[in-house]
Amino acid sequence: MANLTSNFIGIKSPNPFWLASAPPTDKAYNVERAYEAGWGGVVWKTLGSEGPPIVNVSGPRYGAIWGADRRLLGLNNIELITDRPLQVNLDEIKMVKRKWRDRALVISLMVPCDEESWKDILARIEDTEADGVELNFGCPHGMAERGMGSAVGQVPEYIEMVTRWVKQYSRMPCIVKLTPNITSILPPAVAANRGGADAVSLINTIKSITNVDLDAFSPFPMIDGKGSHGGYCGPAVKPIALNMVAEIARHRETRGLPISGIGGVTTWRDAAEFMALGAGNVQVCTAAMTYGFKIVQEMISGLSEYLDAKDMALSDLIGRAVPNFVEWQDLNLNYVTKARIDPDLCISCGRCFAACEDTSHQAIAMSPDRVFTVKDEECVACNLCVDVCPVEQCITMVELPKGSVDPRTGRTVGDYANWTTHPNNPAVAAE
Amino acid sequence: MTQSPMTPGIAANRLSQAEMAANFADIAPRFDRHEAMVAADRCYFCHDAPCMTACPTSIDIPLFIRQIATGTPEAAAKTIFAQNIMGGMCARVCPTETLCEEVCVREVAEGKPVEIGRLQRFATDTLMDKGIHPFTRAAPSGKRVAVVGAGPAGLSCAHRLALHGHEVTVFERRPKPGGLNEYGIAAYKSADDFAAREVDWLLKIGGITIRPGALGSDISLAALEADHDAVFLGIGLGGVNALTIPGADLPHVRNAVDFIAELRQCDKSALPVGRDVVVIGGGMTAVDAAVQSKLLGAQTVTMVYRRTKDKMSASLYEQDHATAAGVKIIYGAAPKAITPAGVEFAYETGETFVLPADQVFKAIGQTLTLPPIAKDGAKLARRSGKVWAGGDCAAGGEDLTVTAVAQGRDAAEEINAVLVGAVG
Repeated sequence: MANLTSNFIGIKSPNPFWLASAPPTDKAYNVERAYEAGWGGVVWKTLGSEGPPIVNVSGPRYGAIWGADRRLLGLNNIELITDRPLQVNLDEIKMVKRKWRDRALVISLMVPCDEESWKDILARIEDTEADGVELNFGCPHGMAERGMGSAVGQVPEYIEMVTRWVKQYSRMPCIVKLTPNITSILPPAVAANRGGADAVSLINTIKSITNVDLDAFSPFPMIDGKGSHGGYCGPAVKPIALNMVAEIARHRETRGLPISGIGGVTTWRDAAEFMALGAGNVQVCTAAMTYGFKIVQEMISGLSEYLDAKDMALSDLIGRAVPNFVEWQDLNLNYVTKARIDPDLCISCGRCFAACEDTSHQAIAMSPDRVFTVKDEECVACNLCVDVCPVEQCITMVELPKGSVDPRTGRTVGDYANWTTHPNNPAVAAE
Repeated sequence: MTQSPMTPGIAANRLSQAEMAANFADIAPRFDRHEAMVAADRCYFCHDAPCMTACPTSIDIPLFIRQIATGTPEAAAKTIFAQNIMGGMCARVCPTETLCEEVCVREVAEGKPVEIGRLQRFATDTLMDKGIHPFTRAAPSGKRVAVVGAGPAGLSCAHRLALHGHEVTVFERRPKPGGLNEYGIAAYKSADDFAAREVDWLLKIGGITIRPGALGSDISLAALEADHDAVFLGIGLGGVNALTIPGADLPHVRNAVDFIAELRQCDKSALPVGRDVVVIGGGMTAVDAAVQSKLLGAQTVTMVYRRTKDKMSASLYEQDHATAAGVKIIYGAAPKAITPAGVEFAYETGETFVLPADQVFKAIGQTLTLPPIAKDGAKLARRSGKVWAGGDCAAGGEDLTVTAVAQGRDAAEEINAVLVGAVG
């Protein structure tokens, strides 16, 4: 069994699977259950300043989208940061950390954007023996209206400023949690780096309306006939998160900055993908909220099997796909593939045919007895047939060997060549 | 209860009221909404779907399942009824295992098809329970059509004709309309008087009058032709094949179709059944008689079919259903003689055996009896001048409810085309 021990910015945990700051980490009871189930670490649900506790709505906090089988694909929430008194949380954090020394425990923080507030909260948590802090610059709902959360995360200057305060007033490792509700993830990541962050974590949730109640004509979650945008997470946001993680991982100014990957991690495979694109560990929330804490056991066994099969250490995995994350203009335009349908696996549903015939390149033939074959002279290798086929591996993309002729274009498959040297590129023609 | 399954001879009340009610309850209760959503999700929405091709009425199955999956079972029902006005009954009695579900790609992929029949029932029941009849009759055309037989073929034809605005008179020889839906079919497939409810619902289209009358005795085809612009014959198969062996006319020997019809109409506790029952035949009628004998409390029920298992016209699913109900099936044995105590059979090898039998049901096929129109048992042409025919009495297609509905519908469209002058 592969060694999954993780050391993320000096914070050690028996595996790289942490629970993200969210309802599952709001109190000792949940956190201890998570540790018992095998989670390597948790980021305690965001603490705010001392004062009257936060107030939450008493109607629905969550909205969702589902696949047709009602598998939960995306979750949206309008819950605010912890609504329990600060001291209660601090006492529980201290108790839990003492009891679970081998597990990571990081405290998420969100206080008003002024130096005194940050100095004060950092002093209050000093005594908990927690392993680090995560600055919540991400929550897009509720708290942002009060100048916190994503209201800070959307202004790189604020990110840098607050990060500096935190590094100035605390000895703890500092993770800056970024919001995806921006046009580019790079300026916020660069700002965190400049402010001295030990790591960034991303993504926080995405501003969203999951659905509209077609009787009440209100966005959902609906509170007394009205709806406010929530923060979207779960499997549906994974592609967005992967891209943002990878952008930071390859950017010249943030390359090497540790990343805690968050966003729809549901299985070991998702976790491995985040890590391959540069995440040093992952944080999970929606999957746990959907299936309970036990899923970590599949994540542990799955990642372990994978690393063993690849004869890789965990550290070998981190960032391994980053060099292959390039710009479009760097893609090989002489790489030619054709779809192949395996007749033994085909169940003759015809979805590839409908998709190709109606919406793509008319490159699939259908015989009267429902045998489906690819017309190489029409196939542009778009992959849509693969994507709509219900049988995994039934349709695959087969590469044309170099030197062979592509029946669609009549051109011989040549060596690597990309857009930057393509004759159709106006920039090339101008030279 | 004074009788039991062990009581010798033919006796009623072999089971308690509670057992009887449980035995004849709906065999496959309607999906609830959750079950329907889960089942609907399995449909791949195939292109040019094989299920749709396999359906004799060509129901757009992927579309109606998608309509269920998106929370509009009423729209799904309209999709079904547009092709098959008896989609409710067909959802209950169609041998889906040899039609739509047999060719479902998930049957190919996983040996477990989408449960099309039960989904169809979910949709049709939802709409019918709301009392909604989703079609509106066209303006009266002034044309009159006679339909003989209020079975699936006749009612399907009548409904489609009425839809086009024609005035339809349906002649029925039995006390109730519905044909085999009402007098055939195992009771547990049409529980809660569904056949009668379906007819009432179908007639909401308007423009259809049902009158008593049997062709040949009460009414003549010539008179119908003289009084109407077109005639549709959906008279079914009124006769049964004769069993010509010694003892076939003994009083404990009965036609399975008559037993099934009586069972559908009576208080089941009052219906006598033998302790040891032998059913001769291998079709759906034989299965329905055998299984229901068992459900009435017969101690032993044996179905004996003269050919091999794969030749049996009852599907493997139905054969499994029979054996699961406690019916024993013997293949490859032909009846030789019946005595008051039992039936003697012989295998092809010549080896013989005797099964004890208090009651014997003959289920060796039905024939068309309509002298002088039908000669030598040959089935009727689908069209002859201004007379159309459909259902079991007509040539072509299997003797299934769904085939009868399709033929009735198609005849109605042809008749309409002729009556409005579109074709000759």
